[in-house]
Amino acid sequence: MFAYYFQLGLRSLRRNPALTALMVMAIGFGVAASMTTYSVFRAVSGNPIPDKSEQLFTPLVDNWGPQQNYKGEPPDALDYVDAMALMRAHEAKRQTLLYQVQMSVMPGGGRDLPLSANGYAVYGDFFPMFEVPFQYGSGWSTQDDDARSAEVVISSQLNQKLFGGVDSVGRTVNFSGHDYRVVGVTRPWNPKPRFFDLFNTSGFKDASDFYMPFTRAQDLEMRSNGGNSCRGSLTFTGWEDYLQSNCVWITAWVELDSAAAVARYRHFLESYAADQQKAGRFAWAPNVRLRDVMQWLDFRQVVPPESRISLMVALGFFVICLVNTIGLLLAKFLRRAGEIGVRRALGASRREIYTQYLTEAATVGLAGGVLGLLLTAAGVAGVGVLFPPQIAKLAHLDASLVGLTLLVAVVATVLAAFYPAWRAAHVQPAWQLKSN
Amino acid sequence: MSIQIKPILVALRRHKAGTLLIALQIALTLAIVCNALFIIHQRLANLSERSGVDEANVFVIQNQWAADWTTQQIDAQVRADLLALRQLPSVRDAAPSTGYPLQGGGWDNFVTMTPDQVKPTTDSAVYMGDEHLLDTLGLRLIAGRNFRPSEVLVMGTQQVVIPPVVIVSKALADRLFPDGSALGKSFYAMSATPSTIVGIVDRLHRQGVSQFDKAHAGQSLIWPARPDDARGIFYIVRAKPGQLTAAMREAPKALYAQSRMRILDPKDGIRDYAQIRHRVFDSDRGMAILMGIISAVLLAITAAGIVGLTSFWVGQRRKQIGVRRALGATRHDILNYFLTENLMIGLGGVIVGAVLAIGVNLWMVTRFEMDRISVAYLGIGVAVLLLLGQGAVLAPALRASRVSPVEATRSV
Repeated sequence: MFAYYFQLGLRSLRRNPALTALMVMAIGFGVAASMTTYSVFRAVSGNPIPDKSEQLFTPLVDNWGPQQNYKGEPPDALDYVDAMALMRAHEAKRQTLLYQVQMSVMPGGGRDLPLSANGYAVYGDFFPMFEVPFQYGSGWSTQDDDARSAEVVISSQLNQKLFGGVDSVGRTVNFSGHDYRVVGVTRPWNPKPRFFDLFNTSGFKDASDFYMPFTRAQDLEMRSNGGNSCRGSLTFTGWEDYLQSNCVWITAWVELDSAAAVARYRHFLESYAADQQKAGRFAWAPNVRLRDVMQWLDFRQVVPPESRISLMVALGFFVICLVNTIGLLLAKFLRRAGEIGVRRALGASRREIYTQYLTEAATVGLAGGVLGLLLTAAGVAGVGVLFPPQIAKLAHLDASLVGLTLLVAVVATVLAAFYPAWRAAHVQPAWQLKSN
Repeated sequence: MSIQIKPILVALRRHKAGTLLIALQIALTLAIVCNALFIIHQRLANLSERSGVDEANVFVIQNQWAADWTTQQIDAQVRADLLALRQLPSVRDAAPSTGYPLQGGGWDNFVTMTPDQVKPTTDSAVYMGDEHLLDTLGLRLIAGRNFRPSEVLVMGTQQVVIPPVVIVSKALADRLFPDGSALGKSFYAMSATPSTIVGIVDRLHRQGVSQFDKAHAGQSLIWPARPDDARGIFYIVRAKPGQLTAAMREAPKALYAQSRMRILDPKDGIRDYAQIRHRVFDSDRGMAILMGIISAVLLAITAAGIVGLTSFWVGQRRKQIGVRRALGATRHDILNYFLTENLMIGLGGVIVGAVLAIGVNLWMVTRFEMDRISVAYLGIGVAVLLLLGQGAVLAPALRASRVSPVEATRSV
């Protein structure tokens, strides 16, 4: 029966090619606009570390006070004094500080020009905390942090450039005039959004080239290559002064694996800030924050407003296309009132009329879905025109998007057809027969 | 015409569903198109923001140092580099800088009128450069003077250097001294010592284009210092008219000839202002294009939908039309009937749509820090949709007007 209705549907659609084309195009464009913008939204709003996002927290301490902070919120990073205090207190299972550093790799091998390398100064806990995958070797230990060792973890990409991709653990690399021993090579790793560094980035950046010990970077007085934000009048004339200033430039992360541990850590932060107030360093009550990964992504508004707005507008567009389809289906179905009357008079139940017309609508939906799929593919390919490159390249057409496109098209069209089909099923057979 | 309104209303009551669907579609289309047009307007306004720079001839070199040099060594290298750049036949002038307009974010300082004022008066973008920076960027000095070579200080990596003199943009001067008396006055930009305004330039865009930058639009200052930071430096170069391409080709060669211990990113280490603009306004341009496409397709689909439904109605009412024609209605009357009917549905739609449009805009204002929509956009949207409806209904209405009175006599 279903196959027969499907055939009837196809025949009916062929009868008014213009009306059919209009409906198919409306569904196709509507679903394609929604899916293209959704593919971008999905890429930027995902959870970058799903299995641990509720155990990783970034603490913030207000070192600027109510007069200089922004709308009562603590600054989005820590100054050196607070960062080191949190690190020394060691109140969490694992913890790391981090900031961006840029170095140059000296010429050698086949290269006659130096190379730029971007990375992070971190503590050894960084690697297990953020589940960094390793191709060779591993991260370094807390002892290495304390020993302020000249060690480095490099990315597979940099390893390819410097060592041709072989196991380089134990080899030496010269960054900006200083030697480092390679202890690990990561697999390609670039969580998107880059949740652990939303102070320096908007969340989307090319993968890092290396990770070096924070303690070593301090010994070399390496200035952050990322953000730096200060308040009041600046007076520092050298590295030591700078470290004591209220400038924030360090991000801290702690791993807390139970609600009790989170509560304990929150309490610790509060009492740390209270101690600073007592000691006279802060002239204000404790103002601290402890956010997990998703809260932090949300607070830093990692999803660009453009992505949200375009998704909303595209969905609105789709709704209008559906309203349009309801109207056209209504016209199309009721034009066949006579035909329906005859069928009803010959014994067809309302249910059968229903099924027939919903099947016809589903056929339109499927055709719209196929057109929508083609347009979505074109849209995703051309999304570089609409979004900045680092975000555009995240959008891609995969099996789930293909399935979703077809499903949404068919389901939405069938939903839109409910009212027109109901009207068709309620055609009075007597009326139609009489008037003829 | 007025006589026709009542029969139209009666007829519409018999087509409630269709009427409501068209009205709803017009309402939703108006809500989206108004806001989309408004977004396009705003984004295009961003795109056309003027920087104050001689954009046709200026390019920027991002230079990262590849050696572990002292401030003195870096300063010597910077001087040598600049000399080499300025001697190129295609180059008019070159200057060192900490950043450049439309860079996409950079250094800014709060500004206070006294050293111990806690709440800042405003915020200013900060550029550091030498006495060549004004000419290199092509800025127009409207009051005071340029820096003297002797005023140019040296700023090492971890130092705060607050020069005693400063050149400000007119926007900053007006913000700090609204009475126009800025020249010769001084202020504090997160410093313990004051900087005295010696010059005012007509326009100098900030590095960023964010909401924060918009709130402090055009407020910039230039301090005279060579930024000898170990991490790197920007060289701004102004080519002689028409020689931009040649200058961009020759400049890196000249720098490498000075020293190879530097990194000029092959991908975007050297960019002219066309590229700089393209990059910084990426998302604005994208939004404008997307909203444009959606508006156009939306209007087309709404028009097509009106054509479809009206055609259906005309088909349904052929007999009644025939009767009316037989009873003496002219073709013109029939045409008028359908046009008026559409106009009434359209009016209902745009009234609801206008409310919706304002609602959507208010929601976006709170959610995305957008501006309030102006009434002009609403007016344009209403006019466009009413005209669109009349245009769309014209073909089916003409077909209706051609229905022959004979149809009334046919039984089928």
